[in-house]
Amino acid sequence: MRSGVQVSGRLSAAGASNALELRGVTKRFGALLALNDVSMTLRPGERRAVLGSNGAGKTTLFNCITGDFLPTAGEIRLYGEDITVFPPQERIRRGLRRTYQISLLFAGLSVLDNIYLACRGVLRRRFSMLRPGRNEPALLSAVDLVELAHLQEVRDSLVSHLSYGQQRQLEIAMALAGAPRLLLLDEPAAGLSPNERQALVEILQNLPEHIGYIIIEHDMDVALRVAEFVTMMHNGRVFKEGNPRELENDAEVQALYLGEVDG
Amino acid sequence: MAQVVTTETTPQSRSMFGRIPAAYWLFGAFLLVLPSFASNFVMYQIFGWSFILGMIALSLMFLAGYGGMFSLAQMTVAGLAGYVVAICGTSAITDISQNWPWYVNIPAALLIAAIFATVVGWLAVRTEGIYTIMITLAVASAFFYFTRQNYVLFNGFSGFNGVFPPQLFGVDWRHPVAFYYLSLFWAAFWYFAVLYVSRSPMGLALQGIRDNPRRMSALGFDVTAHRVAAYTFAAFPAAIGGILLTWQSAQISPGTAGVGPVIDILVIAVIGGLRHPVGPFVGAFVYVILKSFSIDILVALGLGGERFQLLIGLGFLVIVFWSPDGLLGLWAKLRDLHRRDPLIGRLVRRL
Ligand SMILES: Nc1ncnc2c1ncn2[C@@H]1O[C@H](COP(=O)(O)OP(=O)(O)OP(=O)(O)O)[C@@H](O)[C@H]1O
Ligand SMILES: [Mg+2]
Repeated sequence: MRSGVQVSGRLSAAGASNALELRGVTKRFGALLALNDVSMTLRPGERRAVLGSNGAGKTTLFNCITGDFLPTAGEIRLYGEDITVFPPQERIRRGLRRTYQISLLFAGLSVLDNIYLACRGVLRRRFSMLRPGRNEPALLSAVDLVELAHLQEVRDSLVSHLSYGQQRQLEIAMALAGAPRLLLLDEPAAGLSPNERQALVEILQNLPEHIGYIIIEHDMDVALRVAEFVTMMHNGRVFKEGNPRELENDAEVQALYLGEVDG
Repeated sequence: MAQVVTTETTPQSRSMFGRIPAAYWLFGAFLLVLPSFASNFVMYQIFGWSFILGMIALSLMFLAGYGGMFSLAQMTVAGLAGYVVAICGTSAITDISQNWPWYVNIPAALLIAAIFATVVGWLAVRTEGIYTIMITLAVASAFFYFTRQNYVLFNGFSGFNGVFPPQLFGVDWRHPVAFYYLSLFWAAFWYFAVLYVSRSPMGLALQGIRDNPRRMSALGFDVTAHRVAAYTFAAFPAAIGGILLTWQSAQISPGTAGVGPVIDILVIAVIGGLRHPVGPFVGAFVYVILKSFSIDILVALGLGGERFQLLIGLGFLVIVFWSPDGLLGLWAKLRDLHRRDPLIGRLVRRL
């Protein structure tokens, strides 16, 4: 595995560098300021929820962290390393993973192939023209991830034939490939049934301690169950930060949230 | 679009044999014994030519079907390899041809074709869809005009004639039977090679890039590098096709890789189907049959023989209109028509 750094979880955070550090990250689309001077720090293994109304800039924030967009200004550090201008694949190889708000899967390939590709992406010999052997590590871990995401029954089906919920599960499985250290989950629970939500919460709660994540989630119940810290965004800015209890009872947050639900 | 549930082999179920239906073995045996009953014309002109065009179209199928990259420069890569063999090897144009032995000029042809394809790929992968087509078409026409105007190296308008295959192992490789087996061997080789590579990390990555380039880089893949590598790989079947094509007609000239043949390769690949490596060969066979016999039929009907292109064009239109997956797709549809549910006796709709 490439990520030789063993991060021993939340306890050792004192001396270790932060998992993620954003300083003054700004993203402009023409006249629109989608991100306005966002700063944020995540300890290794930290689990955080990002809340915010539609268009608050949450997905744009993820896109800047993963390198889908380059920020207009600001700096992004991953485990101490300045990755602001790295191409996406370099960030992924350093343990960053993400899921997408709208599933981005390989429709023409089977479920196992999708996960297998996710596992291969962070290994060497990506250009190999030799078919994988039965015991290739990437294939074995792909099979494990199929089980973890409860997708055994559709393992060999084309992704285009999966139900919506199954596609969301596949998204998560792909984000867990390799040796992830920090996951960015963009509304993974959106559109899921109550049962599927519960399964998702369990998957997240059962992740190894050293894996941290940022989850964008509109459903307060889900967010509060899987996160220990909450960042509230509004109009491209960090509006408020705090632990879930504090924010839940914060009048301004409630106003914003109720306003959005009503609107 | 008719979605067919292809039970695509996963990386795990990789036993190559055993799953192969008997019909495939029979067809393979048929191809092997064909020279015992077929005429020289059928072996050399129909099958030999189909295998060659199929190989060149296969290189396009690899790029387009797996990688989503429609390169019109594959015939140009083939033509370049043919030219290198003529220039480095032996031809009737003794002023230019270097007379190097086959074990130098054939590797040189493959190498130069691969480098050329890599450069074309490097230019083309920065573009998508119609722009890829435009760039590669521009490369193809630039090559055509360059070879036609350059007399020092490419001998201009007339190109090279008298380009014969080496007398390897004491065999005259232009003899219809020998040439049939030679082209069959390489066609089969590249058919299986492409099939094999399609399930390798490289091939799967290419299909992932076709479906979703953005996700691929979010999985740690270097999308640009994979696309360029695909062009490099695809150069080899095209180059071997180009060399065989040159030997078959014993000549190479600008027209070999002119805009017409360049488009023909696209038509062949699309008519056959881009979903499976057998498609280009099916397309090539249909193309060769039409090209070889339609003139006779048209003339017999009192129409001009030059209407052949019209026939191909109409066929192309019909296929693209009714079956975007080419003849392969049409075949799958027909098979479905005959697959009725044993219980209710009705047509089983495949998803
Ligand atoms: N590629 C883009 N080009 C132009 N504008 C964009 C682009 N991506 C996002 N935006 C704009 O940036 C703003 C923030 O969008 P973003 O997708 O980050 O919001 P969000 O917080 O994820 O909202 P949602 O809850 O709807 O997913 C929006 O006004 C959006 O229209
Ligand atoms: Mg969003």
